[in-house]
Amino acid sequence: MSPLDRFCDTELSRKLMGRVAALADEVAERLGRPAVFIEVCGTHTVAISRLGLRSLLAGRVELRSGPGCPVCVTDHQEIDMMVNLARLAGVTLGTFGDMLRVPGSRSSLERERAGGADVRIFYSPLDAVAFAEANPEREVVFLGIGFETTAPVVASTLTRARAKGVKNFSIFSAHKLIPPAIRAVLSDPVLKLDGLILPGHVSAITGRRAFDFIVKEYGLPSVISGFEPMDILIALHELLLQLLRGEARVVNKYTRVVREEGNLDARKRIAECFEEVDVPWRGLGVIPESGLSLRETFRDFDARFKLNIEPAPPTSHYPPGCACKEILRGKLLPPECRLFSNVCTPVHPVGPCMVSSEGACAAYYRFERFSPVGGGI
Amino acid sequence: MCLGIVGKVIKVTAADETAIIDVHGARREISIALLGQVKVGDYVLVHAGFAIEKIDLKEAEQMVKMWEEQLNDVTPGQVL
Amino acid sequence: MKENGRDIVLLAHGDGGALTHELINNLFLCHFESNILKTLTDAAVFSINEGRMAITTDSFVVDPPFFPGGDVGKLAVCGTVNDLAVSGARPVYLTASFILEEGLPLADLESIVQSMAGACGVAGVEIVTGDTKVVEKGHLDKIFINTTGVGYIFPGVDLGYHRIKPGDKVLVNGSLGQHGIAVLCKRYGFDFAGQVMSDCAPLNGIISLLLKEIRGIKIMRDLTRGGLATTAKEIASACGLDIWLDENCIPVDAGVKGAAEMLGLDPLYLANEGKFMVIVTPEEAEKAVAVMQGHELGRDARIIGEVKPGKGNVYLSTSLGGTKLLDLMAGSPLPRIC
Repeated sequence: MSPLDRFCDTELSRKLMGRVAALADEVAERLGRPAVFIEVCGTHTVAISRLGLRSLLAGRVELRSGPGCPVCVTDHQEIDMMVNLARLAGVTLGTFGDMLRVPGSRSSLERERAGGADVRIFYSPLDAVAFAEANPEREVVFLGIGFETTAPVVASTLTRARAKGVKNFSIFSAHKLIPPAIRAVLSDPVLKLDGLILPGHVSAITGRRAFDFIVKEYGLPSVISGFEPMDILIALHELLLQLLRGEARVVNKYTRVVREEGNLDARKRIAECFEEVDVPWRGLGVIPESGLSLRETFRDFDARFKLNIEPAPPTSHYPPGCACKEILRGKLLPPECRLFSNVCTPVHPVGPCMVSSEGACAAYYRFERFSPVGGGI
Repeated sequence: MCLGIVGKVIKVTAADETAIIDVHGARREISIALLGQVKVGDYVLVHAGFAIEKIDLKEAEQMVKMWEEQLNDVTPGQVL
Repeated sequence: MKENGRDIVLLAHGDGGALTHELINNLFLCHFESNILKTLTDAAVFSINEGRMAITTDSFVVDPPFFPGGDVGKLAVCGTVNDLAVSGARPVYLTASFILEEGLPLADLESIVQSMAGACGVAGVEIVTGDTKVVEKGHLDKIFINTTGVGYIFPGVDLGYHRIKPGDKVLVNGSLGQHGIAVLCKRYGFDFAGQVMSDCAPLNGIISLLLKEIRGIKIMRDLTRGGLATTAKEIASACGLDIWLDENCIPVDAGVKGAAEMLGLDPLYLANEGKFMVIVTPEEAEKAVAVMQGHELGRDARIIGEVKPGKGNVYLSTSLGGTKLLDLMAGSPLPRIC
């Protein structure tokens, strides 16, 4: 068996689960309440749900979800601009599948497609370049969405498109950065947290060191985690141990992927293509230097300039009663929102956390809405 | 937030910086432009059609082995 | 087949004139063997036996029309045959109605018709009447097929949600998600080196075997769009009981698992076209598994869960010992990056 498969080993995971539960009891007793951890990665949200971890740790550890889904945090204003792009004659809008259903202030890309816009889903931005080459009469605009993990992928695609001389391809960049968002969340004085599970795949690019500020500025135990059952349990175990010992360190427990300095090539690509700008996050407001816009040297590939897209007016559009703001900050759990599961469902999402299948509310809705009546099998 | 999957490299085309990866028998061409040297047999982490990092199997082996020892041999109740 | 030196579908193929007749005579009648169809009258006329009958209809639209393990034609026959079979019926006759896009290569149409004929042969059903329309290019995606099927309910068979009781076992006939992955991968450019094929197959053979041997079958459902999770939820909601599934027992092939991971999809929500779920009394569950395993479409059959008192929810016991809720699929599966 490959060592990678052993991270999913059921027997081993069950044993570690027992350890984690025992440690969690000890910590809860010490604190007089369950420890509260937040993860800032949608893939962790889903992995935790898939394992049924919340049911196993109920009353011992509270696991919350922060702003870890790039789709959820895309602001109405940006979606409105994407919608305007999709409406332009001759434009094919390429996107990852996640973005399709996210509502802006008036419409979504799914609705625009139904109305005749050419909106296409691509697995990789390189596929969108290939589509542009095969359809020279179309202007193919690819939506650059995602965090540090996705930004170098898009940057590399641009470099390749330029090298190949593809003239009918451009990017609408709505990329965002995780460390500024974590700062924004942790700066909230009301928020009481005991530790953070840090995103493994963002860290693969940024490196462990990029998160040292969490300890320096906020003194919170943090751990970089992978996504297999053992990874997540190892991360929880580490956080609980640090709490018991009164320590606060940023520990890398995803050592098979994450290096101290990250992927330097990828970081260089990001720096070549993008510059940091202040951008609005859905539910969090404008966060300084938290977005990536294309550098001037890439104007010929920047859809905002190439297609002369006016910035959409900023919207304060927020559905009444929607608690996504608090949920994204980890201050409330999805069921504590009064719209959850009655007005707001995955089929008719109201707020950003229900929109993405990895959004905190969607994950809760799918996996943990009711507590079971019967017993296990 | 960023879906990453582990694939085994089964073919490398250095000229256009691509490789074929295998994930439990499912195969796809991906870009290796974000990595330095990639060899057949390497495991890579793939995101949106790009390998974004190599998987260090030695690190994986060490970590999992340490836990196996901890969890299989230690007397019950003992915390690390 | 080439007509007038042309090799594509023209609007005139659907106007009821000479080209329509050529299409019927040179293509459809060549492949669909049926004495009833041959008469080419306005309606198919046939005698019926005593007893209860079942009728079902379905339209088939798939992008791409050809995928590993099948095509839209095979799907159109199997889908309707399977809907009859899981209802406890022996499928007998089908209708086939084609809506074609102008410009569709006739060779593609012929290969789709051929595979329909092949599937009819395996299922032992006849296409007895049909229709063809052609629409202007761009008005539909290549080809849509509607099939309607009729069949006789096997004597003594009584299936329905009302018969499901706590303690009943939940069975499937094999590995899940193959069709969904085969189609999505073809659409998004994955190469499977022949590993993942659609499971598209007529289920009436294995089901008739099961109905003959096992009295205690409560209900059967084929696991098409929305997959196992959605179907289980529909059943639980309809009977007001909970269904508990065990993740460790649910068969999913490694290739499907790998591709589903790549695309960020959950195999439990992926479509199948040759898989069905059976709910059966606990006493007969083991025997039912053995009967299914005796048929080539049930080699991987197993018990995956059971019915419990509750409120119409579906729970999955995870490998770690936790539980999670399964629900109706929300929106069609799209490849994700996050």
